[in-house]
Amino acid sequence: MKNFFKRYTPLQIAIHTYAWSKLVILIFQLFTHNLTANPIQALEQRTGRHALTLLVLSLLCTPLNNIFGWRELLKRRRALGLYAFMYATIHLIIFMDLDYGFAWSLLLQTVAEKPYIIYGLSTFLLLIPLAFTSFDIWKKRLGKNWKRLHQLIYFIAPLAAYHYILSKKGDLFRLQGDLIRPLIYALIIVILLIFRIPPVRRALASFRDRVLLQFKRTNPQPKADSH
Amino acid sequence: MNNTYKSTPIKSSEITPYSQYLSRRDFMKAAGVMAGAALLAACAPSVAESTVPANGANSMPTLPPKMDELGNPTNSLDDITNYNNFYEFSTDKGAVNPLSKNFKTDPWSVEVGGLVNNPKTYAMEDLLSKFTQEERIYRLRCVEAWSMVIPWTGFTLSSLLKEVEPTSAAKYVRFETLMDTKQFPGQGSPFYPWPYQEGLRLDEAMNDLTILATGLYGLPMPNANGSPIRLVVPWKYGFKSIKSIVKIELVDKQPDTMWSSIAPSEYGFYSNVNPNRPHPRWSQSSERRIGEFSRRPTLMFNGYAEQVASLYDGMSLDEYF
Repeated sequence: MKNFFKRYTPLQIAIHTYAWSKLVILIFQLFTHNLTANPIQALEQRTGRHALTLLVLSLLCTPLNNIFGWRELLKRRRALGLYAFMYATIHLIIFMDLDYGFAWSLLLQTVAEKPYIIYGLSTFLLLIPLAFTSFDIWKKRLGKNWKRLHQLIYFIAPLAAYHYILSKKGDLFRLQGDLIRPLIYALIIVILLIFRIPPVRRALASFRDRVLLQFKRTNPQPKADSH
Repeated sequence: MNNTYKSTPIKSSEITPYSQYLSRRDFMKAAGVMAGAALLAACAPSVAESTVPANGANSMPTLPPKMDELGNPTNSLDDITNYNNFYEFSTDKGAVNPLSKNFKTDPWSVEVGGLVNNPKTYAMEDLLSKFTQEERIYRLRCVEAWSMVIPWTGFTLSSLLKEVEPTSAAKYVRFETLMDTKQFPGQGSPFYPWPYQEGLRLDEAMNDLTILATGLYGLPMPNANGSPIRLVVPWKYGFKSIKSIVKIELVDKQPDTMWSSIAPSEYGFYSNVNPNRPHPRWSQSSERRIGEFSRRPTLMFNGYAEQVASLYDGMSLDEYF
């Protein structure tokens, strides 16, 4: 047990516990008949939401590091992103298999008819190269291009949010309907993307430095030989 | 013709009480118990005698599960009352039932007016006693591509309209749900144009399939399903069947409806179940019957084409969706 806590940081444990617990809860609710009278739809909707939540969390790491200087967060982006991809994969499989029973004619019809399906499918397809190149060996191999490739996420995240908005009953442009939850996700994504605009990022960094400086002045570090 | 939805009027005392209904699940359970008992009986009669309750035979169903005229069994009361689109309470279908527990439906009255000769406000008791309550087993097809089979009790809208006598100027019927932000927390949301309103063309309203439902499964209407009185128009998507009605108005112009004001390109005034008109969100050519695993094809006019297709003769169903 001691070794376990030495090997894994609290943040790591929190992330892995969070990601897997969502799946465990879903499976538990499925088998205890607690997923509404329409469990397939509930599974579909909730795996989609988990994927988006994890995607948002992965986008949260960099700004949080910029503000609080918590460098470990940068190392955890990979796990969060891969979990997002895992839930997106489950979401897609449920849609194609449980919901549509791999009835290709019906599936093709939905792709042709429904814009939200196209946005969702594009989100998934764009996530594939990111998931597969998320390992160190690819990072080395791709060099500068690795970062460029992974910046695709700035495009993918809004795409996923738009897919979510369109999947709800309502109308975005009239702000009418069941849109509160998807709009909250969209708003958070927009804010997290704004934090990445260079002037904003620099302003955040200088703000952090000033706060740190202030903190050091008011709480002078104990001298090294004071113990 | 032995169509259930064309059932002749019956006294309320003759409507199957809920206790006699049996969901398929209970039926299977009961069947399983009996099969198990038979097996036990085969190997050890003495054991079987002691495990089968004395009234075992009497507790077996005397009625087969209720079915619609196409042979589809009704959904369980549990499913019908715990999976509801009733945004006045919540957008979460599972949260409607608990939130609606204390909904106050007594006293309740329905104002019937507009272009009629005899406008009148009916107390709920009068509606129940004055109009013959009958049982109608209908398919309900939600625009979200799920469906149920529900044994409603109620009376034809036409019988009420005949009593108030629409004038010759009346062309449409407009319905309105109670507006009460204290009882309906969802009505506080600015994302919807409350109160809920719906409408029918007069001939649709007069069709024999169109009922004002006051109960289901022989029970008074559960709060989660639109107590104490709601519309049921089985050949249209579920959102047309407005719940908890307080006002019925005869008008000369096509009235605005809730969902067609929210997203006019997606939800039209007619909103007939039509597998040939796609929706940007849900498959309208197929649906999932609650309780079933795979999808089934959606039927034109939800399977009621014989009774209602003539209402739309010469109309383009693509244009008037």
